[in-house]
Amino acid sequence: MKKYPYLPHTEEEISQMLSCVGVNKIDDLFMDLPENLKVDTLDIPDSKDEFSVYRDLENLSLKNTDPSRMAVYKGGGIYYHFIPSVVDTLSSMGNFLTAYTPYQPEVSQGSLQTLFEFQTMISEITGMEVSNSSMYDGATALAEAVLMACRINKRSKVLFSESLNPEYFHVTQTYCFGEEIGIEKFSFDSISGQTDYNELKNKLSDDISAVVVGYTNFFGIIEDLEKIKKMLPEKVLLIVCAEPFTLGILEKPGTLGVDIVVGEGQPLGNRPYLGGPNFGFFSSKEKYIRKMPGRIIGETDDIDGKKGYVMVLQTREQHIRRDKATSNICSNHAHNALRATIYLSLIGKWGFREIARRSFSKAHYLYEKLLKNEKIYPVFNGPFFNEFVVRIDEDISSLNRELLKRNILGPVDVSKYFRNMGNCALFAVTEMNRNEDIEYLIATLEELL
Amino acid sequence: MTIFDKSVEGKIAFSLPEEKSYGFDPESTLSEKYIKKSSTDLPECSELDIVRHYSNLAKINYSVDHGFYPLGSCTMKYNPKINENVASLSGFANLHPLMEEDDIQGALELMFDLQNYLSKITGMDEITLQPAAGAHGELTGMLIVKKYFQSKNEKRKKVLIPDSAHGTNPASAIMAGFDVVELKSDENGILPFETVKNALDKDVAAIMMTNPNTLGLFEKDIVKIARIAHENGTLLYYDGANLNAIMGKIRPGDMGFDIIHLNLHKTFSTPHGMGGPGSGPVGVKKELREFLPVPIVNRNDEKFYFDYDLKNSIGKMRSYYGNFGVLIRAYAYILSMGNDGLKKASELAVLNANYIKCNLREIIPPAFEGVCKHEYVGYPGNLPKEYNVKTLNIAKRMLDYGIHPPTIYFPLIVHEALMIEPTETESKETLDNFIEITKKIVQEAKTDPQIVIDSPHNTYVRKLDEAKASRKPKVRWNKSS
Repeated sequence: MKKYPYLPHTEEEISQMLSCVGVNKIDDLFMDLPENLKVDTLDIPDSKDEFSVYRDLENLSLKNTDPSRMAVYKGGGIYYHFIPSVVDTLSSMGNFLTAYTPYQPEVSQGSLQTLFEFQTMISEITGMEVSNSSMYDGATALAEAVLMACRINKRSKVLFSESLNPEYFHVTQTYCFGEEIGIEKFSFDSISGQTDYNELKNKLSDDISAVVVGYTNFFGIIEDLEKIKKMLPEKVLLIVCAEPFTLGILEKPGTLGVDIVVGEGQPLGNRPYLGGPNFGFFSSKEKYIRKMPGRIIGETDDIDGKKGYVMVLQTREQHIRRDKATSNICSNHAHNALRATIYLSLIGKWGFREIARRSFSKAHYLYEKLLKNEKIYPVFNGPFFNEFVVRIDEDISSLNRELLKRNILGPVDVSKYFRNMGNCALFAVTEMNRNEDIEYLIATLEELL
Repeated sequence: MTIFDKSVEGKIAFSLPEEKSYGFDPESTLSEKYIKKSSTDLPECSELDIVRHYSNLAKINYSVDHGFYPLGSCTMKYNPKINENVASLSGFANLHPLMEEDDIQGALELMFDLQNYLSKITGMDEITLQPAAGAHGELTGMLIVKKYFQSKNEKRKKVLIPDSAHGTNPASAIMAGFDVVELKSDENGILPFETVKNALDKDVAAIMMTNPNTLGLFEKDIVKIARIAHENGTLLYYDGANLNAIMGKIRPGDMGFDIIHLNLHKTFSTPHGMGGPGSGPVGVKKELREFLPVPIVNRNDEKFYFDYDLKNSIGKMRSYYGNFGVLIRAYAYILSMGNDGLKKASELAVLNANYIKCNLREIIPPAFEGVCKHEYVGYPGNLPKEYNVKTLNIAKRMLDYGIHPPTIYFPLIVHEALMIEPTETESKETLDNFIEITKKIVQEAKTDPQIVIDSPHNTYVRKLDEAKASRKPKVRWNKSS
């Protein structure tokens, strides 16, 4: 009989077990399946040894262009930041990686405490009082924030910033289709790139549940949250979708009265992985905690008075409340949240601020230099963080092809999402773009354009 | 102690290159109103402080790598290490989702092949890899149902769900805007044809079923149920949580299911990671292809590409394309096990469950008779009544003996349920040890019930006050604490 490394049974054990069960052969355990529907083979390849599997996968990976040794200027929601070795070492420990959801808290204190620390870090960054222990990604976190807002004020229409990452709009729209919530866009000011305040004002009405904006928005522009918050009638919630590193410099949304802050956590210690898995963070004012989706970890004591952690407010969740749950979410992205927790511990108070400042400074330097190129033009004049849009006298996709030949992963082609913004490129800059890389990009664009 | 308690002002665990500053500091570049006035108090620790902190937290965590984890419905099988290894290859891990298709042909090929393999394993015509988890797959499926009826100008509001179903089923149906009608299982733990027949009317959009169901029993009326559902224009949805029982034996597509989801983090061995990430691909019959979320991966003569051409797509379920890192692991697992190994895995998963059942049936009687599939649901006999020892106590006592207890109090229709799913990767020795410990605990419950009731005794923390934790939740650390 063929043997498999993951299947521990010997032939002899199998026969002992069969006789204990009281059947002659394994197929007897499947007698309750309808005979005419049984299959013999699945029409997929037969099993392979570890070395062959490794080779197959390695070959597939080599068919991709690996950006790891390139200068990268692509962002648009997923960013390259340096990940210290400790993140991989600690997060790959089997006791984290192969643990289940902490339903038995007595033997899951490692997971629970880590996620409690995670929640603290997210609250600290966003300035919000409470945070859950992760969602699938930024887009689904945002979609769930919209559903939560509608639960809070029992309204069923939201206003959504057109300048927010379009992927997020599409996902939110899908979720809104499910719960039959109206979703309407408001546009951005074509000069500043910030919210078109007049349009927002005109669209605000009594039936609006929430207003959704990006911080920064897809174009890297910093929105004036304070101004937007002041425009909103009391019952209308403000939902902010934040890029975490902007909060190393910019005012915390919590300080500005924002009700729910969500975002994509990938920049915090998680690799791009073609967009997943990373994680969504989800935080809000404390008064809304019982309306929140997802798992929340809280502190308590055991019967000896020793401090410990458990999942709290589980009556919001599907495994208890079923059709009355605040969300259907069960599996979340705890392991990505673990990576973020380790990462944020490592970069710490200083690193969080310093990475943000360097990204900001380098991006502004590059922007100024690029505009000296006579074939590159400004698009918006609003304040930006580490991403900006320029218009280039060249097809962005062909330009990117040329840049790639020179070891540069070029900017996002904005027209992929905004059809009327042809020749617009969105450059992202982080601490990974070293001075010589930036000078190289400037020189290469001089040469190519 | 948390990492925050260990923080000392001025310590660092991170370095950045020495570089000439370009200037452009935020204070002089931005209007003051945008600049943060308060500090962000992340920990300040040394690198070794952090390594020790999280290594010590790992030590107080139970995991599959650590020991037996027979959680029913969760399929806590071994997570092969090669999967981690290949998933960390730089040519996968560092791909940006907005790279050109020409530059990610290897990734697309992997996804295309995986779609194809999952389609063969399940008997479905088309697969999307986009959903991030099982529940996310359910929501995807329910939205497909909604869009399907919308496209036919039909308004159907009801979804039928058996009382043995996972809590995610009703929660997902509600999120898609349906009303849930609960169907009663019969005295054999099965959803009878008659019950379905009586509940069907022109308002029923879909029936959600798990097969084998959460009692570990094969729904024997499935073919008849599928037929009558289809005659009524109703779609049949398959919750793939229990696919590990039937791979290479029977396929949901052949049973008559129209839409399915899978849990790659259960059946296909990707690690649970303290709660996620998972991956919940959804499969459909070809009539429903046009409703899938965009994009799916396709190929033409020259290359693999993202196919957005689905005319009635429900839209996007998440950003980009799916939990690619998880897909790599599942793909490696399918290659390793292959056609022959997957079948073997299901056979041994079922054998393991039945072996536990036949050894424990005297003390943990089965909730329902009949050959079980990959999991065994029982209850602790007369212990609750006669000795005041409940299932919860037995579970907690298992922790004292160093094993993770089964799922408890689920499915809801079994009083004091213990739901035992050993999986195929556990050896006879491991099962024998579990059986031994369970017997010992049941004995203790009769001779010294208090020791069981007060358990656990020797875990890192003991019984935790969950009521207090939820009454006034403390969900973040702060300085005063």
